[in-house]
Amino acid sequence: MIKKLTCISCPIGCELSVTLGENGKILKIEGNRCPRGVDYATNEFTDPKRILTISVRVEEGEMELVSTRTDKPIPKKKLNEIIEYIKKLRVNAPVKRGDIIVENILETGSNLVATRTVNKKD
Amino acid sequence: MRIEKVDVLIIGGGAAGLAAAIEAKNTGVKTLLLERDRNTGGVLNQCIHNGFGLHVFKEELTGPEFMERLWEELGNLDEIIRNNYTVLKIDHINREVITLSEEGIVVFKPKALIMATGARERPLNALRIPGSRVAGVYTAGVAQKMVNIYNRLPGNRVLIVGSGDIGLIMARRLKIEGMDVLGVVEIMPEPGGLIRNVVQCLEDFNIPLWLSHTVFKIHGKERLEGVTIGKVDENFNPIPGTERYIEVDTLVASVGLIPQNELIENFVEMDPINRGPVIDDLMRTSIEWIFAAGNNVAIHDLVDFVYEEGKIAGRNAAKYVLGEKLPKPKYIFKRGNNVGVLLPQRFTGKEPFKMYLRPKKSLEKSAILFSGKVVRKFNWKIRPSEMIDLVVRNFESLPNEVLVEVNKID
Repeated sequence: MIKKLTCISCPIGCELSVTLGENGKILKIEGNRCPRGVDYATNEFTDPKRILTISVRVEEGEMELVSTRTDKPIPKKKLNEIIEYIKKLRVNAPVKRGDIIVENILETGSNLVATRTVNKKD
Repeated sequence: MRIEKVDVLIIGGGAAGLAAAIEAKNTGVKTLLLERDRNTGGVLNQCIHNGFGLHVFKEELTGPEFMERLWEELGNLDEIIRNNYTVLKIDHINREVITLSEEGIVVFKPKALIMATGARERPLNALRIPGSRVAGVYTAGVAQKMVNIYNRLPGNRVLIVGSGDIGLIMARRLKIEGMDVLGVVEIMPEPGGLIRNVVQCLEDFNIPLWLSHTVFKIHGKERLEGVTIGKVDENFNPIPGTERYIEVDTLVASVGLIPQNELIENFVEMDPINRGPVIDDLMRTSIEWIFAAGNNVAIHDLVDFVYEEGKIAGRNAAKYVLGEKLPKPKYIFKRGNNVGVLLPQRFTGKEPFKMYLRPKKSLEKSAILFSGKVVRKFNWKIRPSEMIDLVVRNFESLPNEVLVEVNKID
């Protein structure tokens, strides 16, 4: 059986054809223009993962929010749980780009990292 | 009224303007960047999703990360950037740029000018949908700014109109922030944004995408109460009997970007298809001291491309100021079959350069031809929504007028 999917590793979006054996095992991956396509397709059929980008509330900051991301892709099936967890978070300004907001978020092995600098309110 | 002399003046502090400033400043010429907002970065400020910088930084960054890296590259921002300066007029005869800011009217006298004014969003009203002009109708960028910068949700139940990348990204973003996202309607038979965004923004969050659908009517008197959507035929006319009512208090429109060129369009040669100035491979407009880069030249898909153009504009504007004789454009590109957006339209033929184009129609297997000769083949599907970049070299064999075509192949 051949399954088609679009690689989302980068904005190019290669259209992959994945040949699956009878037991669901991946026999062949085609259409990728770089090796990340192979990893993506393999993950999609085992444990799909995504980078999450989301805002976190900041106290005493020049902005109310700091943008954050997970530094590694997290399992798609845990996405909602992690979103709900992050919504309850509060951090204090100042926050620097690259600061770890949550280490090993919900045991995923991924850290939640600030993607911008928010200074303290004057 | 104060007059200020400057070597390179840049209008607009988004990715193109910042890149131009970095490059011009590094040559030692006096560089100044005018930004009408309270800080630079442009749309990168509010694009908190990832997907930026793969070409330039070889890693996947979010918008704010990309922006802060440019700030760091620029060094002392206060020396170069003037925030809260709005350009009112460019007097191209006297080479003056007239601005309004807290200090009143200031007239800048630049030796070279770089236009990096970006694009604005096409509003939903441009679609001429029947109904009252109710509250609750936003462009995607405005909704994005509300949510990502000001921490305000635009409403409770939302329908997205248009499946451009910003629309798709906002569908996911509003869903994550707790809004009911009822779906995305797209008038075209295929999505307007990257497939990657259809997958990770809609499919991952079970948000429906209605292709060949549009909003027929807007309901409500003061606040939006609902919309009637339905299917359209191949000529985009509504198909009777396909209507359905959707109760929403918010509409978010992602129906295209329009390059902003009000300041120069009356005296610079314009390209009606790109909706931007005609430029050459040095990012020069038809006026030798005015350069342009970024989304005001044509709408790009990637900030990386915009950044690269900004750097080229900054480098060449500085060379011009330093008195280096820049080569004149020798070749022109002429649009042939299936070519939409295309830039540059002219080139000097001195050094290899990147050209960007969009096919008008999607093709499964295709090739780009220069005056009948294949220069690149695609064995994957190309689409109008995905800009193609192509390095042009080997000029010797080219005629002065190069006909560009994107043709189907077997």
